[in-house]
Amino acid sequence: MTDRIAIRALTKYYGDHLVLDGVSLAVAPHEVVALIGASGSGKSTLLRCINRLVDFDDGEILIDGVSTDDPQFGKTGLYRRIGIVFQAFNLFPHLNVVQNITLAPRRVHGLSRQACEDNARRLLDMFGMGECADDYPEQLSGGQQQRVAIIRSLATNPDVLLLDEVTGALDPELIGEVLRIIKDLKEKGMTMVIVTHEMGFARDVADRVCFLEGGRILEENTAHELFARPQHPRTQRFLQRITDAGRL
Amino acid sequence: MSSGASPPEQDTTASHREGRERPSRPAPARGRRSSRTTPIVISVASVVVVFGAVGYAITRAEQWPRIKRQFFNWDAMVASFPDVLRGFWINIQVWVIALVAIGLWALVLAIFRTFTGPWFAPLRVFAVVYIDLFRGMPALLLVLLLGFGVPALNLPGVPSSALFWGVVAVTLSYAAYAAEVYRAGIEAVHDGQRAAAKALGLTQLQALRYAILPQALRNVLPALLNLAVALQKDVALLSVLGIRDAVREAQIYTARTFNYSSLIVAAALFMLATVPLARFTDYLTKRDRQRRLQGTP
Repeated sequence: MTDRIAIRALTKYYGDHLVLDGVSLAVAPHEVVALIGASGSGKSTLLRCINRLVDFDDGEILIDGVSTDDPQFGKTGLYRRIGIVFQAFNLFPHLNVVQNITLAPRRVHGLSRQACEDNARRLLDMFGMGECADDYPEQLSGGQQQRVAIIRSLATNPDVLLLDEVTGALDPELIGEVLRIIKDLKEKGMTMVIVTHEMGFARDVADRVCFLEGGRILEENTAHELFARPQHPRTQRFLQRITDAGRL
Repeated sequence: MSSGASPPEQDTTASHREGRERPSRPAPARGRRSSRTTPIVISVASVVVVFGAVGYAITRAEQWPRIKRQFFNWDAMVASFPDVLRGFWINIQVWVIALVAIGLWALVLAIFRTFTGPWFAPLRVFAVVYIDLFRGMPALLLVLLLGFGVPALNLPGVPSSALFWGVVAVTLSYAAYAAEVYRAGIEAVHDGQRAAAKALGLTQLQALRYAILPQALRNVLPALLNLAVALQKDVALLSVLGIRDAVREAQIYTARTFNYSSLIVAAALFMLATVPLARFTDYLTKRDRQRRLQGTP
């Protein structure tokens, strides 16, 4: 079976600073991989390289065996196949929930307005957000906004979802509702790559966890193994610090 | 402050402790409420006194009758009013046309300037040079240059009307300022919005059109209206081209009668148009700030 995502020897500099140092990672279809590590370890950059939000200097990324540089993706194919959700939601404040969700399907993928709106309302209902359909982002709580952002990324029916610290900007009591939707997606078979500081969540939802430091994957294991028996001393130290902080 | 006063009827059960604090709190509030009108009274009174005194002093001055005859001659005002008003109608027309032209042209410039990517470098350079050039030049100079210069060339197929070129000159000049206002608005939109638009597959133009510009325009509307107010007056620059706008008509009357009241009429007309717009701009700015204060979590 081809990997859904195959990252090969990815290297990326910001100026002279090496942020990704030959990272390789394979994600199988329906697999959920969590990237953990301290700030500046390169995990967010790695995530944003996957949908080419950020360009890299060397290496390649394949989606279902096809390079992301391949012309078959065209200008927008990659964005349709891969959705991303950000820490700060990044909903468009001047558009209501349905307009946020239908913007890309209508304008980028040229679907009819009616079809897009029906699909948006169906998705909202599916995730228990039907009542918010006509609200504007500022009328919603952070947790609701993030759920809308997730639904927006699902509107083009992607095969892969990238989650960039999606609970990082939320009050603790709002985190649960967002995590629930992600678990839901896992059960539906969505392939996901997750950057997170919520170790408990990584352990619950991820099939595999990668620990990054200095732009490399230092350790990679099943979620259970990595948290129960970290092998690399740096992983041990990182997890120890998190445990001490009461976050595990 | 009478904290010793017996607390008003209270349920002695649950909120006993709260109830004891309460009597001391309304006291200062009541005091404040009674003094709430005081500042207004003081403001009104001081304005009336100061301006009344100034007005009194002016009208009692020895030279006042002469000033009044020269500038505020009622008969002269009435006599010049029809011509000045007709001229002012030209000002309004020019103003509206120039506003639309500036709004569009400046937007194009701002978009040129914010495009990223090596292929757009010529557009970026053009916008930067244009803005430097036209912002650095007096509008009056441009009006003279184009309004007299171009018609004098007698180019075939090119309009030779001074009015046309005057409007072009004002548009070119003001677009440089308006473009910078637009640009500030575009750049103030958070980078996350751009990232989200890109991740959804929107092209740069689509991202601008659907995600960035609607937010940017809302942010800069007060600043643009401010420019519109300034433009309303600068339209009078076209009078140097011999266009019979309000200022020109007033001048003609002045030249004929040696009385300046017609200029005061023109001034009043300009103010009649600009002051409401300026107030409206203030109102929008205030509403915008309140909305933003509410919006921040």
